[in-house]
Parts: sequence; structure tokens; C-alpha cells
Amino acid sequence: MKEYRTITRVAGPLVYVEKTEPIGYGDQVRVRLGDGSIKNGQVLDTSDDLVVVQIFEGTSGIDRNTTVRFLGETLKLGVSKDMLGRILSGAGKPIDGGADIIPDAKLDISGAAINPYSRDSPADFIQTGISTIDAQNTLIRGQKLPIFSGSGLPHNRIALQIARQAKVVGQEESFAIVFAAMGITNEEAQFFMKDFEQTGSLERAIVFLNLADDPAVERLITPKMALTAAEYLAYERGMHVLVILTDMTNYCESLREIGAAREEIPGRRGYPGYMYTDLATIYERAGIIKGKKGSVTQLPILTMIGDDITHPIPDLTGYITEGQITLSRELHTRGVYPPIDVLPSLSRLMNLGIGKDSTRDDHKQISDQMYAAYAEGRDLRGLVAIVGEEALSARDKSLLKFAELFEGHFVKQGEREERAIKETLDLGWKLIGSIEEQHLSRLSKEMKQKHYAYTGDNVRVKAV
Amino acid sequence: MAAQKSNPKEAKGVLYRIAGPVVVAKGISARMYDVVRVGNEGLMGEVIQLDGEKTVIQVYEDTSGIKPGEPVESTGAPLSVELGPGLLTSIYDGIQRPLVVLQEQMGDFIRRGVYADGLNHKKKWEFKASVKKGDKVKGGDIMGAVQETETVLHYVMLPPGAEGVIGEIKSGSFTVDEVIGKLDDGADLRLSHRWPVRNPRPSKKKLTPEFPLVTGQRIFDALFPLAKGGAAAIPGPFGAGKTVSQQQLAKWCDADIIVYVGCGERGNEMTEVLKEFPELIDPKTGKPLMNRTVLIANTSNMPVAAREASIYTGITIAEYYRDMGYSVAIMADSTSRWAEAMREISSRLEEMPGEEGYPAYLSTRLAEFYERAGRVIPMGGDKEGSVTIIGAVSPPGGDFSEPVTQSTLRVTKTFWALDAKLAQRRHFPSINWLTSYSLYLDTMEPWFAEHVAKDWRSLIRRFMGLLQEEEKLQEIVQLVGSDALPEKQQLVLEVARMIREYFLQQNAFHEVDTYCELKKSEQLIRIILKFEELAGSALDAGIRIQKILETKARTRIPELKFEKKYVPLIEDIRKQMEQEFSSLK
Repeated sequence: MKEYRTITRVAGPLVYVEKTEPIGYGDQVRVRLGDGSIKNGQVLDTSDDLVVVQIFEGTSGIDRNTTVRFLGETLKLGVSKDMLGRILSGAGKPIDGGADIIPDAKLDISGAAINPYSRDSPADFIQTGISTIDAQNTLIRGQKLPIFSGSGLPHNRIALQIARQAKVVGQEESFAIVFAAMGITNEEAQFFMKDFEQTGSLERAIVFLNLADDPAVERLITPKMALTAAEYLAYERGMHVLVILTDMTNYCESLREIGAAREEIPGRRGYPGYMYTDLATIYERAGIIKGKKGSVTQLPILTMIGDDITHPIPDLTGYITEGQITLSRELHTRGVYPPIDVLPSLSRLMNLGIGKDSTRDDHKQISDQMYAAYAEGRDLRGLVAIVGEEALSARDKSLLKFAELFEGHFVKQGEREERAIKETLDLGWKLIGSIEEQHLSRLSKEMKQKHYAYTGDNVRVKAV
Repeated sequence: MAAQKSNPKEAKGVLYRIAGPVVVAKGISARMYDVVRVGNEGLMGEVIQLDGEKTVIQVYEDTSGIKPGEPVESTGAPLSVELGPGLLTSIYDGIQRPLVVLQEQMGDFIRRGVYADGLNHKKKWEFKASVKKGDKVKGGDIMGAVQETETVLHYVMLPPGAEGVIGEIKSGSFTVDEVIGKLDDGADLRLSHRWPVRNPRPSKKKLTPEFPLVTGQRIFDALFPLAKGGAAAIPGPFGAGKTVSQQQLAKWCDADIIVYVGCGERGNEMTEVLKEFPELIDPKTGKPLMNRTVLIANTSNMPVAAREASIYTGITIAEYYRDMGYSVAIMADSTSRWAEAMREISSRLEEMPGEEGYPAYLSTRLAEFYERAGRVIPMGGDKEGSVTIIGAVSPPGGDFSEPVTQSTLRVTKTFWALDAKLAQRRHFPSINWLTSYSLYLDTMEPWFAEHVAKDWRSLIRRFMGLLQEEEKLQEIVQLVGSDALPEKQQLVLEVARMIREYFLQQNAFHEVDTYCELKKSEQLIRIILKFEELAGSALDAGIRIQKILETKARTRIPELKFEKKYVPLIEDIRKQMEQEFSSLK
């Protein structure tokens, strides 16, 4: 393999190299600096005489005498079942001081699209023990359901609670966890690691860590590494894998950085025009394949910049993922944990996994009814601020009351509190009992007979 | 139509530069939009720019590992689809490769470098000729037919552009490759032919759309109908229910043929379609809906250039069935992804960007696409056919002022605006009744008067009037509360709420409510208006609104939605309502 000392230009994370042999697009590159240290990179653009390489570890220290070697293959990750319980860098190298991982196979990290015809339709209800998710925005095995958060909101605690409690009812086997951190702080990483260790879930987890002070460009490969490992565990080893990606906002920032360094024409807010396609190649790597035992479920986390859901990152994500769990700063300041705002939240696959055969036949109706009542109750708060509560009709008063009850007892729960789905649904019926029957248009006669009892103001629920 | 071959000597070249899905070759002299084979693996690509001796190619497959110096070869023909029996029930990717065949050849993941024919070339079809030796035929003329699926007869046409006298033709069992006859000039006749996707198929005459595409969805059919041969846009932010609406239309609309294009959408959603459609039964024929359906699935993580092509592949197939005299509906979900694919390719070409980074030709391309809708007399025969386009738009941040939505609105006449607010309160379909519109109301009025009810238009006007008045009153309610309104206006609010909850809301997942025939819509409208009338005269007679709202019959109206045999029930409710009101007095 030839070595070149023909770097003609360095710009940000990019290195331009003149060369004589043909170099493949996307190939791996190894760069050796004057002091003997090694950096890795990937070909972004290749032509007859010039290639553009992005360097994952940053370009500091690179000079004209730096040698460049092209490895002749695309980026690969060595995978093995022994990766479980290990902590790896954002580029897939062990950093926990343990032995090297002896790979069973080396897989291309960019992966390939699953043939839609080969996909199996997700249908298994995952009980997270969190009422707002289980009842209102049900997570289904094989789904990609992001958490839209804001800086300072407890998204990490929620993600951990889900990781701890997630199970498919009736199946004992718990999820293997692949955790990919992109540009999160050391403190946040410690928080995750501690929880993994305390609960013993580390031994069924693979952790990829790219921290805030790690090279930004490395973040671009971290989720791909993590998903390659997850796909291996799911489709080759038959495991059910839950992938947590945090924080996708940092990933997108890195994508923008590369785009800017390449002087590409930027799209909205400076993010590259191909960001949708790029994000899709990450998020779409969730699912189930017909005839294979395992599955990949994704729980990406992103912080919305300025709490703006129309910002390109949450916007494009929402167009790809199957719904979203949205956190609310207002609920958080009022001390509600988890501060999940159900109104802008959504699970698109919910209807595939609920009902008679999996949760309960009243699930859809009670969920819709709570949505409708809560939405209206919340709107009424605005009105009350102007005209006072006395001016409301009896119906409106009960809806207003319901919104309070809903936030205080249904949304709010303990961080270690695991509510079974039956508990959650029964709680819903209790709360809905505060509204008179004639105002409940989403419930069928049959369901009302079975579950509904009007209690007015005397709703009896445990304090959280 | 044998494509004119370019000079074979210059049909080969070498790669010069690779940067993602766009590559540059040298030494090849291809025509614009010709299909080329790229690299040692022969990946499929299309010429999109000629610049001096350089040829710029968009590649439909992943280009990782491809090196400069690898060969490039022109096929000398533009991107085309194979048209013939076997299209229905098929599931294709964006460039008409059957996903089933791809799975057989490369497993569960889409790998590259696999070529697959659009049609099955081994299957034999029973062909019945309807022309005979000596008949004069021209392009588009029907030469015979094949029973393609249980419910659809596939008419075999002479490809547009061809002309002559039938030299010989036989009925019998043929594959799509085999010769079924000859023109007297010696040209072979087959069951299938190819057509370049970027060229609209010709028709004899365009007609104005005059009758509706009945969708079984109350808000569409009653308030904002779409005409057969027309075009509709469904824009909406994510989570507002675009995909469910599109799927409902694909399932229940009364077109003969459905082409469903999943353009850059979710894999799991496509799987849902693939799983669900074969199980659904067509209310008209009692046979599986899949029998009339062609699916094109190019999910968001499949190559971006193939996404760009998927829309053209879909519309060409739709036009082909139109030419047989069928009414075809094509759902494109979502055209924004298609526009983004254009933007991505354009920016890699370093073209000067227009608004929001989209290429300056965005609106032209969109207009060209929607212009391929229409109700026509096809080239051959007099049986009219139509193509109806329903395009989903995914505006960033739900902002309708962005270029794709705006360019689409300029060329579509029905606008179904999805509203995230409605979706959040689980009002489905979350079509905003105040911002949506249909410009076909006037042209289709006679049809509705004849087939549904003479006073249909005035019923709809009253409904819309109530909804609009509600909106105005809501502003006051926001300030003073509803109790402060005069009783007449409180009644308007109540009736409008009934319209919203009892009529506009429709449950796509309920086996009965998922499809609502026009007659049933009419009955629902009448019973709600009946209440309004009775309540109005009761108010005039001095009865308090509180008393009126306590009547029970009206709360039974939603039961109608979920009842298949609704006629006796509606009579019952009407009687009860009349009794209640007469006892009030």
C-alpha cells in the first residue's frame, strides 16, 4: 500500500491529498504525524488526482510532511457477542482498560437499507412502566421513538428509566442495550454509567462514548458504529436490542461543521441539504426482519435548540421517526416528573401493539378520551385567566379539573415507579370518572358499562 | 419504440470523480437522461449534466468504494419502465425493481449492483386478441386483453408512436417477451413495451374533470371533494396524519387502479401497507384491494437518486392504465422528499440555488408532474380514462409558506390542509375545515345533485356556514366565556361541535366507520341539521337552551357512524328527536 506525503491543503477537519492510484469513495484513511501518532479518516471526495479526507480526530498537528495511507476498504466495525459489558470510544476502540475484542465478523458501519418487503411489521407492546408512554404513546418493539427535550430537562433520567423497566409482558428476557453518547458531558456520561453499574444492566449493554471534549467529527461515526453492533446482536444473535442515542443535536452540529468546511451550499439554518437523507440512514436502522428472532428499537434523544420544535433537527427527525415523546419545560418547572407533554407527543405504531390481544380492549378509547379531555381542559386554562372560573359551564369546569388530575396523578410518577399497563389504564378510568358521562363522546356504551363510574370530585387516587 | 442508439464508440468512458451519489465520467458521450452503467459492478445511473468532456451522472445505488478509472457505459436509452401485465400487485423500488426479486437475489438488505426486470418474464398470460389480420392500427389502439388479476382486465395496446396494419396476431398463452403478432412492416407485437418515465404518455384529448373521486371519507367527499382527473395536495407537519389519510384514500377511493408511491418515507410504514393491503377487501368487488394496486416503496434510507425517480416511475404506470380507459389514482407520499432529493442532487451539481436551497426549476418540475393528471380520451378507443394525483407535502416546521407547498398550491385545485392542533386533540382526520378548499365544487354540483341529493350543495353550504360562524364566535368566547353569548349563538356553537364530533371526525381504524358512503354522509348531515332546525324553532318558542341541550336523541347520533345498517337507527333517532322537542313545548 502506498504512502503519500502530498497533503496540499488542510481546512478545518478536511485534508486534501494528491495521489497517483485510484482511491475508492468512502475508503478508510490512516494518517501518521511527525511524532508517530496516528489519526483516522474517511474519503469524502475522490477524483483522478485529488482526494478529500475528513479526519475524525481533528487536524491539529497535521503538516505537509504527514504521511497518508489509504486502506482500500470502507469503515468497518469488528463485532462479537463479547462486546456486551464493554465500554468503547466513539470510534469503537475499547476504553475500559479491558482486552481487545476479538471480532466474529467485520461489518461495514454504514449498513444497508432493509428491503421493505423483508421487514416484519412491529407489533409487540413494550411496557415501560411510564403511564404517559404506555397508555398514550405506546412504544412498540422495532420502533424508533425519539425524546424531544430541551437543555436542562430530565431526558437522561427518563431514558434510563425506560432502559431499566422496558419489557415485553409475558416474556422474561430483557433488552440488550446499545448506548451511544455523542458529545455529552463527562458528568452526564458518569450518570449513565453509574446507573448501568448499579442496576447490573452494564453486562447486557455496549457503551460507545464520544464526550464533549472528544473530536467532533468522530461523532459522525459513533451512531453508525452503535447501530452496526445493534444489528449484529439483533439479526445474527437473535437478541432484542434497545438503542439509546444521545444527543442527536450534537451529531447534526458535526454534520454542519463538515458541510461548512467543504463549502457546500447550506440548507435551512446552515445545516446541509442532505441532512434528511443522512438522518434517515441512522433512524431507519430500526425494525424487525421476517424470520429473524431479534429486533432493533431506537430511542434517540435530542435537545431542541431554544425549545423550538420547528428547528431543522427535531423537524427532520419527526418526519423520519415513528412519533416522538415531547418534554415540557412548563411541567418540569411545576415539579412534574416525567415532564412528558402528551399533546405534541405521538406514537405512530401505537395501534399495532394495543388492544384486546396485547394490552386491553379499552386501551384505545380511554387513551383517546383522555387526550381529548386534557386538550380541552388545557385550552380552558387560558380562558380562566381572563374570565375567572365562575364564568365556566359545569362541563368546562369538570374538564379543567380533569387536566389538573391528569397532570398530577397520571403524568406524574416516581422515577423508580413501575406501573403495569393494567394499573395505568385503571388509573385513567378513575380520572375520567371525574367527568359526567354525557361529555365523553370517545367511549362506546360497552366500555362505559365495563369501566366507567361517575365520581365527580371524589376521585380517589394515591398521591405520588 | 426502439430508442435511437448513440454512437457505440463513445458509449464507454471512465470515472473521473466520485462524491456521494453524483459522479463525473470522462470520455463518454451520452445524451442527457440516458441510463448508464457505472463502475465494475455496473451500478445504474442517469446522465444529468454535460460539461465539456465531462459527463455528470446521478447514481441510483450506493457509491462507496467506487474508484476513479472504473468504467462507465451508456445503455443509449433513457430511464424507462416496463409496461405490461404483471404490474398490479407488484411492489417496486424507485426504479421499478421488484422488491421481492431483490430479496431473493440479495437477502434482507438492499445491496447494490443487482439488475431486475420490472415484469416477470417467465409467467405466461392468456391473451385474447380483439383485432385481426388486416386491421389498421395506430399507437394506443387496443389489440386484445389479458386477465391480469381477478378484477382487472389488462388491455394490450400498440405502443404510442407505432402505426401500421396487423400482419398477423394470435390468441394464446404468452410471456411478456414472446411475439404475439406482427405488423405488416415486420415489426413484432408483444404484451409489453417500455416507456421513458420523464415523458408524459400522449392522449387524444383532455376533458374537464366533472365527477368526484369518492373516497368514503366524509370531510373529503362532502366538504372538499376531489374530481377524477384532478389534483389534490395534502400538506401537514409531521404527526398530523398525512400518511394515514393517504392510506385511507388508497384503500377506499373508487378509482379502478391505485398507484401508491412511498417516496422517502418510513420503512415500517411501508411494511404496514404491504401487510395490510393484501388483507383488505374492496367494497366494490369483494376481492382483495391488492388486485388493483401497484406499490412503489423507496424508503428514506434507500438511495436518494432512486427516490427522485420513484415519482416518475409511479406516474408513468398510472398513465399506462389510464390509456386503457381506467380511472387511476396515484398517491405520492411525500412530494417534499422528492423535492429534497432534487435539492440534494442540485446542490451536489453546485447549481445556483433558489428559495431555501431548492433548485430554481423546482416549481417547473412540480407543475410538470401535476399536469400529468387529467381526465382524457386516450389515443386508442373512446373509453375515457383519468389520472388523479394526491400529493402529500411535508412542509418543514409545518410552515405552509415554504416553496414546495406554495409551488404545489399553484397547480392543484383541491387543498386538504392538515392541522397539528387538531391531531393533538385526536380529531381525525385532522383536516382543517376553514383553510382547506376545493375548486371543483361548482363543476361537480350537477353530479352530486343527480347521484346523491338535489339539495346537496345547499346542505353543504349550511354546514360550512355553521363552522365559519363558530370560528367567529370562538373569538368572543375566548374573551367572555360561552355563557355570556345570546342563546341563538350558543346553539350555533353546539351544532358546530356536533358537526365536528359527529360528522367530521372519522375513525380510520374502526371497521365500519373507516368507509362512509355518500348516502350515509347525506343522512348524517340531515339529522344534524334537523336538530338545528328543531332547536332553532324551540328557542323561538321561548324554550331555554339548557332544556334543549338536555335532549337525549342528539347524543345518539355518533352511534350511527359505527353502525353498518344505519337506516333503521336513523329513523329511530329522528322519531325520538321529534318527540323530545314536541314534549318540550
